[in-house]
Amino acid sequence: MRPFTYVRAETLPGALDSARTDNTMFLAGGTELLNWARIGIETPSRLVDIGRLPELHEITPTEDGGLRIGALARLNDVAQDARVETAYPVFSQAILKAASAQLRNLATIGGNPVQRVRCPYFRSNGPVACNKRVPGSGCAALHGANSERFAIFGWTEDCVAVQPSDPAVALACLDAEIITEHGDGGRRIPATEFHTLPDVDPAAHNVLRPGELITGIELGAPAPRSAYVKVRERQSYEYALVSAAAAVEVTDGVISRARVALGSVALRPWRLYDAEAALVGLTPGSPEVRDAVTSGFSAARPLSSNAYKIPLARNTALRALELALEA
Amino acid sequence: MPDESPTPEITVTLQVNGAQSQVTCDVRTTLLDLLRERLRLTGAKKGCNRGECGACTVHLDGRRVNACLVLAASADGREVTTVEGLATDGELHPVQRAFIEADAFQCGFCTPGQIMSAVCCIREGHTGSNEEIREWMSGNICRCSAYPQIAAAVEAAAAATASDAAPVSASDEAPAGASGRTPASTDGRPPAPTPATVTASATGKRR
Repeated sequence: MRPFTYVRAETLPGALDSARTDNTMFLAGGTELLNWARIGIETPSRLVDIGRLPELHEITPTEDGGLRIGALARLNDVAQDARVETAYPVFSQAILKAASAQLRNLATIGGNPVQRVRCPYFRSNGPVACNKRVPGSGCAALHGANSERFAIFGWTEDCVAVQPSDPAVALACLDAEIITEHGDGGRRIPATEFHTLPDVDPAAHNVLRPGELITGIELGAPAPRSAYVKVRERQSYEYALVSAAAAVEVTDGVISRARVALGSVALRPWRLYDAEAALVGLTPGSPEVRDAVTSGFSAARPLSSNAYKIPLARNTALRALELALEA
Repeated sequence: MPDESPTPEITVTLQVNGAQSQVTCDVRTTLLDLLRERLRLTGAKKGCNRGECGACTVHLDGRRVNACLVLAASADGREVTTVEGLATDGELHPVQRAFIEADAFQCGFCTPGQIMSAVCCIREGHTGSNEEIREWMSGNICRCSAYPQIAAAVEAAAAATASDAAPVSASDEAPAGASGRTPASTDGRPPAPTPATVTASATGKRR
């Protein structure tokens, strides 16, 4: 780990001000940043520890019936908050299927979407071609090992990795907003647009600017009929091969609204907008539901050894839909 | 790569196993390295050093965390409990006893982390079934694969803790807990280990 200086922020304006210095990074839960510093993915010269900013730990109702979750709320605390469990089961389930109990006690809900790809080339200790590590160096993963885990949507020859966050998939499904602050002013970023696709910039991870800090996550109207399904190679404590978040509304016996997002299939949670539109008006359990979900995969493109992910993702989405309809 | 800049140091004050400790260290020091290298508390193990194995699990303000992913500087002023702090007055913690009784280890390297994790798993109430225990203990990897025995130990310790907390039903709860961890109880015999074997296992395996 390269040397850095450490300062603890006492106030939010103070933290934002500290971040104006070049090569400064915010430290919250630390579960990603410490590993980045060890591997050399990041070599910050200054860390601003925001872990004790009191105003960012709370979970509070919003005026329009939603919930605002402070960025520093720990994953375990968010997932097991009674309001989250009841109103947004897909979010609670996604969090509890992420990482381990210990990691979820450290990791924060604001830090989670900022985690980076788990591509072994990106995480390599030695120098390899990776446009996210060294822009312009290429993508060793494109024809490399473990390609069965990589993307089926939105990839380019410059990057085929996938965003691994489980909570982010639920947030995309729920049309949540990521709230940020910056010394020059804050903004609200739709969770569906937070992560950067490689056709825009293969070196980028997300749309945050230097010095921009996530201060909270806002969930809209409750989605009690929602569910998360994660498929992985072992039962627990593993990244997804694919995952799916689904939220539905049923009126007069037919689906009146459906939202479906897939995880670990692209560099961002992947909403199946075509499938969502096709699901409206269908009777839950009818054979047409499968066709509607399948229609969301017309843009899927497998790599050399991950074609299995297309039917797997379709079936996972179907299962999540079924569970949401049963909820 | 040589670096010209001086390495910044920081003074960290922690409450470790009930005693206050003050350490001046390189600002990059993790809580795990501070415990092991500076305070000589080597119970928390450095397995993967990147938050994957759980061997470094300690309690930070009463919650289980991976000590390898906590910067010592950010733990300043907090309470830390390591496996060395579990026993009271020479008496092993009930979870430590349960691990010995269930033979919940082979090489023992992951055991301190397993035990620290298990204490919290029980306290958090995630012991409703064997399946739930396995899910909530999944952050602790055991390369000897003693998982069935580890889950049995957690189940037994949870039952013992519950019966301690509710003395009225203690006489009913104790045999139920025992039957979960040893087939011996099916014929009415109590769990096998004697105090002598317990001591031998403990010293032999927790090095």
